[in-house]
Formats: sequence, C-alpha cells, structure tokens
Amino acid sequence: MDTSDILQLDEVSIEVGGRPILHDVSLRIRPGETHVLFGPNGSGKSSLLMAIMGLSRYRVTKGRILFQGQDVTHLPVDERARLGIGLMQQRPPSVRGIPLGQLAEVSAQGKNGTRVAELADQLGCTGLLTRDVNVGFSGGEIKKAELLQLMAQQPALALVDEPDAGVDLDSIAVVGQALACLVKQPSAGAVAPAALIITHTGHILNYLRADVGHVLYGGTLVGEGEGLQLLEEIRKHGYGKCPICRSHIPVQ
Amino acid sequence: MSDLSLTHSGPIGAREESLRARALQARARPSPYGPDLDLTTFAQPVEHQRQRVEALRSLEQQVREAALLAGIDSEEVGRAASYFQVDYSAIYERIQRRYQGQLELMTTAEALKTYDWLRDYWWQAVAVDQDKYTAAVELAQTGGFFLRVFVGQRVKEAIQACLLVQENNISQNVHNVIIIEEGADAQLITGCTLHPRVETGLHIGVTEVFLKKGATLSETMIHNWAEGFHVRPRTGVIVEEGATFVSNYILLRPVRSVQAYPRVFLRGARARAQFNSIMVGLKESLIDMGTYVELTGQGTRADAISRAVARDRSTMYLRGELVGQHNESRGHLDCRGMLLSEHARMHAIPELLADLAPRSQLSHEAAVGPIAEETVEYLMTRGLPRDVAISTLVRGFMQIDLPGLPEILTKHIQRVLAATAEHSL
Repeated sequence: MDTSDILQLDEVSIEVGGRPILHDVSLRIRPGETHVLFGPNGSGKSSLLMAIMGLSRYRVTKGRILFQGQDVTHLPVDERARLGIGLMQQRPPSVRGIPLGQLAEVSAQGKNGTRVAELADQLGCTGLLTRDVNVGFSGGEIKKAELLQLMAQQPALALVDEPDAGVDLDSIAVVGQALACLVKQPSAGAVAPAALIITHTGHILNYLRADVGHVLYGGTLVGEGEGLQLLEEIRKHGYGKCPICRSHIPVQ
Repeated sequence: MSDLSLTHSGPIGAREESLRARALQARARPSPYGPDLDLTTFAQPVEHQRQRVEALRSLEQQVREAALLAGIDSEEVGRAASYFQVDYSAIYERIQRRYQGQLELMTTAEALKTYDWLRDYWWQAVAVDQDKYTAAVELAQTGGFFLRVFVGQRVKEAIQACLLVQENNISQNVHNVIIIEEGADAQLITGCTLHPRVETGLHIGVTEVFLKKGATLSETMIHNWAEGFHVRPRTGVIVEEGATFVSNYILLRPVRSVQAYPRVFLRGARARAQFNSIMVGLKESLIDMGTYVELTGQGTRADAISRAVARDRSTMYLRGELVGQHNESRGHLDCRGMLLSEHARMHAIPELLADLAPRSQLSHEAAVGPIAEETVEYLMTRGLPRDVAISTLVRGFMQIDLPGLPEILTKHIQRVLAATAEHSL
C-alpha cells in the first residue's frame, strides 16, 4: 500500500438495495490529481461516489476503500467527512428550517480562514445564505449551494457529481472556476487536494485539467487515459466501441 | 371611550337565565373530539380568595419560574400590562403608567359589574352549550380576564396574562373576553402553567375575542402543563372588516390530554387570520388540536401553519377546517408532523369546504412521517455526527416564524426548542 495516495479502491464491489451495481473497481488517486469519471446513464458512477462517501444505501460487499492510507470501508459518513472526504451531490435533498449559511458554517467545522460570506460572494449566491437549504432552489442554485459547502469544508478529496448538468453557461463558468480553485488550494489537512468528478458532457473540462479519465461500463472500470483525450475517443466512437475502453472490456 | 353595545340586548336577567338553562342542558354533553372527562373527579370550586400581591416579583420562586416557562415575565420588562391568576383568584392586575388610558385589564367579574354592555358579548363567540366544558365554565366560573384596547391605540409592548394552577386536582374554569377596538393594535401573551407540585387537574379556558374594524391582535399562547393534567380551551374569534388576528400556539411539555378547536369567523371584508403552531408530543400526551375558520367576508384570508413532533408514546391529532363562504376568499392549511418514536401516533385531518362559494380558493398540504434518512446523511456528509444531525433537523423542522413576539420571548422559545431537539433522540 502506498500511503501517499489520497484514495485507493481495492477491487471494490457495491450493491444498492440488495442489487449488485459495481464489481471489482480498483482506483488510485494521488494528491493534487483531478480524475474524471465517464460512463453511460445507469452505469453506477453516482453509486461509486456515494459508496466512497459511505452513504448507507450503497453497501460495499467486497474489497476495501483506503483514504490517505486508512481503511474507511466501514466508517460512518460523518467520520469520513471529518477525515477530509467531501461530496457534491447532483440531487441533494431539501432541508427545511436550516439556512444554507448555517450549513456552510457547519461544513467549515471551525476551520481558520474559512469565510462563508466571501465564498458565497465568489459564487454569486449571497442571496441564498438565509434561505432553507435547496428549498425552491433552481438547478444552478443547487450547484452553487453544494459547491459553497464543499469549499467551506476544504476537503482533501472532493467527490463531485455532474457539476455541469442542468445549469446554464454562465453558471457552468462560475462552478468550473470555483472547482478549479478548490483543487488548486491546499486542503484543510495541508495535502494537495484531489478530486473525482463525474461529467457527461465534459463542459467542466473547459475550466480545469483532468489528469486522469476513467470509464465505468458494464459494472466496472474499463478504461483509463488522459481526461480530454478519453472524452474525445468516447465522443467519436461511443462507450461500446471506444478503443481505450474496448481494450479493457472483458470478453463476455 | 366608545359605546360597545350590540343590538341584541334584552333584559339582563332573562339572558342570564337562558344561558344557565342552556348550560344545564349541556353539562353532560361530551366533546366530539378528545377523550371524555368525568368532571366530578375534580375538586369542586370553592370561594377562596388568594392573597393579592403588590408586585409579581414577590411571588415565590417556583411560581415565577413556572410563569417564565409560559412566557410570563415577573419583572414585567417590556410588558404594557399584566394579569395574574392563581387557581380561582386574580392576584394581580397592573397597567404600566405609560399605557394608562390606552387599555383596560381586569377580571371579567369586575368588568361585568362595570359595563352592562359586556353582556352583549358574553357567550357570543363561543356557544355556552357547545359541550360539558363550556357548560362547566358558565355554571361554575372561576375567574378570567377582560382586556380592552381603546379605539386607535397601538400598544407597542406585550400585554401578559398568566393563568396558573397551584392546587392539585382542581378544575380551573376561566372565562376571558378580549375586545380590540377600531384601529387598535395589541400583542397578548397568555401563559397557562402549573406549580411544580401539581400532578393532575383540569384547566378549561373560554376565550372570546372581538376584533373591531381595522384592529390587530397577535396572541401567543404558551402551554406548560404536567403529565397528569387535562386542558380544554374553548376559543371563538370574531374578526370585523380589515382586522387581523394572529395566533401563535406553543406546547413543548407533557400533558395528559389537551383538546382545542378554536373557531374563527372572518366576517368583515379583508379580515385576516394567521395561525402558527409548534407542538411536541411527549410521554403519554394526547394532543388534539385544530383550527376552524369561516371565511365569510369579501377578500378574507386565512393561513394556518402547524409543526408537530411526536415522541415517546404520544398521540397527536392535527385538525384544520377552512370554510369558504365568499367567492373572494382564500385559505391555506400547512400541516406537517414528524414521528420520532415507534410508539407514537399522529393523525393529520385537514378539511376544506367551499360553502356555496365556488370561486373560494382553499388548499392544504399535510405530511406525516419520520425524519428522512437521506436528509440525516446529507448533514453527516458535512461532518455532523448522527445525533447532532437529527437534533439539527428536528429544530429546523419546528422553526417557523412567530410574528409579533417580543425578542426576549422569541429567545426563550428558541432555547426551549433547542433543548427539545437535543432530547429528541
């Protein structure tokens, strides 16, 4: 085991509601690296992020998850968050009675130098701080609210689910620049932060460089390459016939 | 001072006899809601005047603390006037000097002696023969206050009225009358509470409220009872043209049973009513609370928001009925309940009736359920431990605006809500 890895997945299999979704997923992310995850709808990309975060619906049935060398496979969600794993969900729940500003302060966990108001200003979402989290938010507002919490949290590993889905071009620019900023800044643990980002369209790659791209297909990771190059291959050939992926797809 | 006589006056003696006869006929009539109580099990009222006090701060500490839990400040800071009743007797009434001439506050017994016209209001917003509880108040009334705010007066600080039960197993049967005259504006805090040594007993509170043209009343009622205590408030509110009635109801302590279904009549054009209720069911509490509003006037509007949390072995009924009787009327019920125990029950019953007014706009949203696990985990992804995430969500769930409350009381309620949320695991 290389303790310098931020995240290491060793042949991880995951089921949701008793149904197997992913099998034998292995992955390594090093400090400062940005990885992107491609895959068709329903391939289990979001499930992989949720399982790394530890949400209870997503059960690891085999393998293990190491975060900065520590086995977190069976740790509760909050402990993983406090260790430095952060999640930006695509469809987070609405939370009545809790203003966004309050949750962002909670996310900061008292870290020195985190100024929620400044971050909100940077994201152009100051007006959301006093509103209940995600209640009546538009698609773009939800992305900004999620990102605000993630930036306040300063995680060593940011798990980001489709930051460019369902938002207008202006918002994508704001979200993209903020994400780029997040992975460049030192995390709370003084480790160069890393990210694992799901994207369908690749729009987000206009704003940050993806060191490594992965393809999730048929329930497991089947291809790996430089982010933009991989996206180009998928655009040309589709997931089933992409040469990088095909070389990894097991013969049925 | 305005003449408040209504038009249906008759000989006072005859009216009193008629009310008494109706009460006698209703004295065994159970309420359609809530458990039926045998009123003979409570000690019968006896004439016994408790010693009056010169200042609320001279009350014993346990009484002051019980009052404070119900929002009554014995230092009277930020209060325009105070009424304090212990068991059957009023022991204190005071209007701060700066509010003299703006309002009156006295016992209803004294008010009836002072003003003949008060008989015109007596049992007009609540029916004397509604059930055995209203009948008991008519047949054996034990106190109650009369509040009157004069024409055009805007009383900037809250008026407080405390109804405290100090003896075990008595029935406190109060009859209150509130008249807010034309264009006047007032905030009232009614604190109903117990001495800590009281384990059982009954409080029946009849409250008749009359809001004249353009008047506003914000009433906050805080109930602070005990596990063996029964409560039967009976409230009626008549709202005239352009007047506004705001009601905040807060119940955060155990009770054996409380059943109330206040009836509000928006008779005048543009009359409005707004209800905000926060209730927590604890231990064996049976809580049956509702709001009934008739929207009779043109442009009337009613909104009722309730948040209920059921814990332990509590049972909660959340009722609401809006009756649209004018085509230009609107009403909405927003009723949400959260269950935090396998042994708790919650029954939400919203009703809407467009009563020969097909263009009346009435709506409701009701939801009863547990805390969504998805939401708990969402907060945990931000680093909150599970128990803190749950208490944060419970507190957030009960967080609704309570307009018209003094800041000190808002802070007190927030503190109690926070403590309730922390114990919600």
